[in-house]
Amino acid sequence: MLIGAASTSVLIVVLIFLFLGKEAAPFALTPGLSALFDSKWIPVSFQRERFGILPLLSGSALVTLLAMLITIPFSVLGAIYIAELAKPLEREILKPFIEILASIPSVVLGFFGLVVLAPLVKSFFGLNTGLNALTGAILLSIMAIPTVISISEDALNSVPHVYKRASLALGASQLQTIFRVTVPAALPGIIAAVMLGVGRVIGETMAVMMVTGNAAIITANPLDPVRTMTATIAAEMGEVPFGSVHYQALFCIGVVLLLVTFGLNVIGQQVLRRYGMRQ
Amino acid sequence: MSGSFSENLIYGLLRAITYAIVLLVGYILFDIVIKGLPVLNWEFVSGYPHQSGASGGILPAIAGTFYLVLGTISVALPLGVGSAIYLSEYAFQGKFTTIIRMAIITLAGVPSIVYGLFGLGLFVLFFRFGASILSGSLTLACMVLPTIIVASEEALRAVPKGYREASLALGATKWETIRTNVLPYSLSGMITGSILGVGRAAGETAPILLTVAAFFLPKLPNSIFDQVMALPYHLYILATQHPDAEKVRPMQYGTALVLLLLVLGLSLGAIFIRAHYRKKYKW
Repeated sequence: MLIGAASTSVLIVVLIFLFLGKEAAPFALTPGLSALFDSKWIPVSFQRERFGILPLLSGSALVTLLAMLITIPFSVLGAIYIAELAKPLEREILKPFIEILASIPSVVLGFFGLVVLAPLVKSFFGLNTGLNALTGAILLSIMAIPTVISISEDALNSVPHVYKRASLALGASQLQTIFRVTVPAALPGIIAAVMLGVGRVIGETMAVMMVTGNAAIITANPLDPVRTMTATIAAEMGEVPFGSVHYQALFCIGVVLLLVTFGLNVIGQQVLRRYGMRQ
Repeated sequence: MSGSFSENLIYGLLRAITYAIVLLVGYILFDIVIKGLPVLNWEFVSGYPHQSGASGGILPAIAGTFYLVLGTISVALPLGVGSAIYLSEYAFQGKFTTIIRMAIITLAGVPSIVYGLFGLGLFVLFFRFGASILSGSLTLACMVLPTIIVASEEALRAVPKGYREASLALGATKWETIRTNVLPYSLSGMITGSILGVGRAAGETAPILLTVAAFFLPKLPNSIFDQVMALPYHLYILATQHPDAEKVRPMQYGTALVLLLLVLGLSLGAIFIRAHYRKKYKW
């Protein structure tokens, strides 16, 4: 019976792949997978529906890239401060605070983004609307920071103390020790933390849907509205007839998302394992 | 921490960055609490919504989330704990456990909207449960399973080996040992981990969007095959789909505050339970 319970995880993974594939598969026959590489996403049209996921992929990529540009410096430097410099009491206060950030529901953060952050972005850049890729990225980095901080901090803590002592004994200052010894030694763990953070950011749905403006265009301008893969599924799935081509196309997006996050996860875990760090 | 001027400058910068994150958390909480509190009264949490949520209360949404949490935990807890007992007490390190562990890691990384699609494909359509509490709870249970397994395993591993060896030496069978000498001491850890996982589920919107949540349904469900409203979805609808979004802002803040209190309350409760039991059992 316990083996049965333990096998459920495997079963669920298999079922996820199976059922996403099953619902998406008819799309591969008609109109064919090449339809996904169209440059336009116009799922409802009187003339010709187009199911190109490139604008959605580029939307997800832009938001993710911007979010990581914000997340990486904040979380890595924050983790260095908490792990290496903060006093024990200070650490005991800082850590739960950052954990609270991780447990705020994404729809609440999305709401905060919509009501507080978007107007700020709008007036700061003098735009017509604050709902764009940048606002989404800021919000996503708020979500990714706690994950990346806590794994990076574990990585920094798992660097053997003798490394630091040896460096200090050789006359290096504390700062030199941190940046020349501790951080390089913890780098694989920090990279894995960032990759898991990227996985989280790509998969995030509600907050992104609420603040990115949802325009399916290919752009590299952070101040343009964009539409991500996750938001497309969440926004359109409620309105499509089950079994239609549009429905299958949304499942295709789901398969792409699943494969991307799965790949990131596997690589992140490999990095952690190779360097003997536990997550 | 004395050093040159430039060293102190860099330390100051690192500290500033860390405290900026803390300040941000504080500001988000402050904003929602301050603007949500005026709406929060007995009528709001115990009344039914009127005018598609523009006035009245949010009882159906609170009840819906409560049922979903209950459903999720009653599916995920036995599976997660059973799975953890197998992995930590019975399994030999081999191919089978490696596959299980890989599956758990994979599940933990699957995006919440993909769980929604999966729940739609399997529970709603294939099993014909329809959009219902049952479908939603099962979908959420799949999502929180990895959290519960990992937390339960850690709790089991924290019980000293000596407890098991002493019991086995006295002639108890393996299961008797686990039941009387391992489970009682790891229970608090398992409960804590499960509550933390379920707290996350309570705040999730994407998985229930496609499997259970109702746009506007001002009544309480009769069976597990009914649709329900849920707090996170209600907040999303009020904030983005309502024609008069600006006007219903107080309702939105009120809903956000109730959801936040529920989720943070669950987490704080879990942390409190852990602290309490840590004092009780020391080894």
